[in-house]
Amino acid sequence: MVLGPIHMAYILAALLFILALAGLSKQETAKLGCLSGMVGMTIALLATFAQVDTATGFILIIIAMAIGAGIGIYVARKVAMTQMPEMIACLHSFVGLAAVLVGYNSFLELGGSAAPETITIPVNATADEIAALLEAAGAAAAGAASTMSVGELNTHLVEIFLGVFIGAVTFTGSIVAYGKLNGTYKLRIFKSAPLMIPGGHWLNLGALVVSLFLMIWFMASDTPSVAPLVIMTLIAFVFGVHLVAAIGGADMPVVISMLNSYSGWAAAASGFMLSNDLLIVTGALVGSSGAILSYIMCRAMNRSFISVIAGGFGNEGAAASTDEEMGEYRELKCPEVAELLKNSSSVIIAPGYGMAVAQAQNAVAQLTEKLQARGIQVRFAIHPVAGRLPGHMNVLLAEAKVPYDIVFEMDEINDDFENTDTVLVIGANDTVNPAALENPNSPIAGMPVLEVWKARNVVVFKRSMNTGYAGVQNPLFFKENTAMCFGDAKKSVEEIVANL
Amino acid sequence: MLIGIPKESLRGETRVAATPDTVGKLIKLGFEVQIQSNAGADASFDDAAYTAAGAKVVKPREVWNTSDIIFKVNAPNDDEVGYLKAGQTLVSFIRPAQHPDLVAKLNEKKVTVLAMDMVPRISRAQALDALSSTANISGYRAVIEAAHCFGRFFTGQVTAAGKVPPAKVLVIGAGVAGLAAIGAAHSLGAVVRAFDTRLEVADQIKSMGGEFLKLDFKQEDGSSSDGYAKVMSDEFIKAEMELFAKQAKEVDIIITTAAIPGKPAPRLVTKEMVESMKPGSVIVDLAAATGGNCELTVEGKIVTTDNGVKIIGYSDLAARLPAQSSQLYGTNLVNLAKLLCKNKDGKINVDFEDVVLRNMTVTKDGEVTFPPPKISVSAAPAAKPAAAAQQKVEQRQVSKKLKVSCVVALIVAFALIGLFAPEKFLPHFTVFVLACVCGYYVVWNVTHSLHTPLMSVTNAISGIIVVGAVLQISSGTSIIISIFAFIGVLIASINIFGGFAVTRRMLAMFRKQ
Repeated sequence: MVLGPIHMAYILAALLFILALAGLSKQETAKLGCLSGMVGMTIALLATFAQVDTATGFILIIIAMAIGAGIGIYVARKVAMTQMPEMIACLHSFVGLAAVLVGYNSFLELGGSAAPETITIPVNATADEIAALLEAAGAAAAGAASTMSVGELNTHLVEIFLGVFIGAVTFTGSIVAYGKLNGTYKLRIFKSAPLMIPGGHWLNLGALVVSLFLMIWFMASDTPSVAPLVIMTLIAFVFGVHLVAAIGGADMPVVISMLNSYSGWAAAASGFMLSNDLLIVTGALVGSSGAILSYIMCRAMNRSFISVIAGGFGNEGAAASTDEEMGEYRELKCPEVAELLKNSSSVIIAPGYGMAVAQAQNAVAQLTEKLQARGIQVRFAIHPVAGRLPGHMNVLLAEAKVPYDIVFEMDEINDDFENTDTVLVIGANDTVNPAALENPNSPIAGMPVLEVWKARNVVVFKRSMNTGYAGVQNPLFFKENTAMCFGDAKKSVEEIVANL
Repeated sequence: MLIGIPKESLRGETRVAATPDTVGKLIKLGFEVQIQSNAGADASFDDAAYTAAGAKVVKPREVWNTSDIIFKVNAPNDDEVGYLKAGQTLVSFIRPAQHPDLVAKLNEKKVTVLAMDMVPRISRAQALDALSSTANISGYRAVIEAAHCFGRFFTGQVTAAGKVPPAKVLVIGAGVAGLAAIGAAHSLGAVVRAFDTRLEVADQIKSMGGEFLKLDFKQEDGSSSDGYAKVMSDEFIKAEMELFAKQAKEVDIIITTAAIPGKPAPRLVTKEMVESMKPGSVIVDLAAATGGNCELTVEGKIVTTDNGVKIIGYSDLAARLPAQSSQLYGTNLVNLAKLLCKNKDGKINVDFEDVVLRNMTVTKDGEVTFPPPKISVSAAPAAKPAAAAQQKVEQRQVSKKLKVSCVVALIVAFALIGLFAPEKFLPHFTVFVLACVCGYYVVWNVTHSLHTPLMSVTNAISGIIVVGAVLQISSGTSIIISIFAFIGVLIASINIFGGFAVTRRMLAMFRKQ
């Protein structure tokens, strides 16, 4: 087997992955980035295939990949853009499960070979396999793999243990996130509201501590036994479920990017077990990119990462503020909104999760075109955590063919609201809540929000006067320049289009 | 029911309580409308237009005798009170607090009286807030009057005949009238400054194109729960007067709109200030009717001082735009009619459950119902910024501790790895750490709009774990390993292909204009 070319191929693939992520940071280079990711993946796969030496193995791989590719491409074609969050959560769970499987396999491959009381693993068939793997990854010099010191063995066990743990948490966590985002499952853990078990934080801590002890047991036993690994896996499964179930629906953008990060760390841990640098590099890239996204999301909500992960948003002091008398609101019917729009020279549309729920993006795009045809300036203002996935709104608007250069993020457009005639708030609530800035006792106090109320007129499209995900009443609805337009967002927008 | 619109009897009044347009709207609500002949003449609406809209044109006394409901602008005079009959409903400006005797007389007549000046300042009632719509017109007209008396341009120009500086306008009081004045003056091209005791209006002033003059004074907010300004402390007034004195020397035009409900207007512009102004300057005093904000104001007249400053004290600014005023006031009345007649059947119901109607009703069924119970309109609860700031500081301290402990933990972790990890582990660890840093820099500047595609592409890439499973599938030491690896390859492939495919699909949708 020629190791040099394989190693070089892996380096090339790693570089292409980095290019892929770099490309994805700008609209202009995004497609190129995606392409380089695909090329990198192809190179990595080809290089890996070259190391497969049994015919049955090859056939199995081809079958598995064909099935996987079929399912993957079918789902990718079919999925509606509003369901992106669920799809991504689902994909995360696969990475997690794969990491668990790879971890177990690594352990099993090790299993028969580690003789008790010996420091070195005797040269036998299994060890050869390990040696082959190590060689394949280019990590070891030729023939150096015949022995494994105590330190190496322990390190290897730790790698397996961590890899399985992270993978298991990612797996069940993602499944729960999927259920919460899908919203059609009846099970309590899939409900959008956070599941608070008394002493939940202690349970989490307990799970971690027990896992730590299991790891010590795992390493200390003379024959690596499978029991602690299995017990830990089960604990990690439950831990993953509880971790995500305790987080409210509004925090889902953070959770998704956090799980993205975990899936990366799981891949990196697998890389360590297999001594495969490509996996390590890729896992670390994905892990850190997910972590950064989570951080950006948290900053957008003015919440510490720890408090989101630990769960429990929207149940501190929220109840007190909902009952407050907020005053009277004003209602406008669709033809009146259309009239208002006709008389405006600049319009900003602030969409939220409600637009996704009502599938109103195409109607909104139509409205945009109609208004632009009248010479009215139309722009979109997107809050970083609008929707249930980072960038969710942008994808929906792109699907509806809204040009991305009139879609702005909060920081770019927040100063422009005061010079704007009309703002249409479509299915957004917490992200346009002035209480975040005005009321220090509000549960969302300090969260940066779109300052829509500074515009001359604000029209809020809503189904009812219910509160948003944070469970906080919104003083915006009672401002003098705000009017409510009740009803299904899609139908309302379509009616306005018809009236223009 | 029959709505009657009499001609206004007050001298100089040009407005009328209905226009042909609003007559049409009233008829749509199921009412019949009759109007006194020539009622709209001063506002340029002739009888033919009213007839065309569906109203009956009748003789003066007939309006009072036969109508069920009377819509008027001004409070009725003694003669008109005499015309009223029990059971009739009168809607007009009343100012019940200032005119208790009028209220008593109307009550004796057993008429139901709704005062258009008693509309509560809540959002829902805005559509019938005649004070606001009148104030809006007054503010606009004040600027027009000022421009008429001011001997120069409002806007700055650079012409072949030299440079013209823009006029400087100071607006005191940023209520509806003040804001309208700011907007009108700004659109004529003037530099507009505005002052108000309520800090919350700063944004509104900015939005109309004015500059908010902030008082260099400890925080005192003049907002009150009924939506009007309240009386300020002596110290505050002193600081305020200093500001005005300074501004008076600079500006060309002062428009004052300060009023405190039920009290004489506050004196804000003293004789000294007027004397310090440049010759040719103009003061428009919108509070002339309640005594004036300026010491030298004479109600209804233009006074020119010795140093050539003109002080306009018109109290009928709204009536100087009769067509516009009538249209807006008429629409206010239509909106009131909508509230009174929810079923659109032309029958009214003065429902005391409705706070708006309760608040407006002065007398009903022979009972004086003024003053109404107090309602609060302010939505925001009292804020405690100081406490919040303190909390923030504490949080920051906590996060500092957290940072330090993180750094310490990292150092310890590094030391432990260095001490115990086998040599073979270290190259991998190097790669890992460098890749983390690389990932950080690569992703940090990602555009917000690409977060979702980025996430799905990283998802696809993390399917690289397939490499591990592929290598294990062929090792074949046990059937379990093969099965596990097979499943691993399968689901990781879903990830790879699904992830890339969906990313491509999303990216294809993004387009530039």
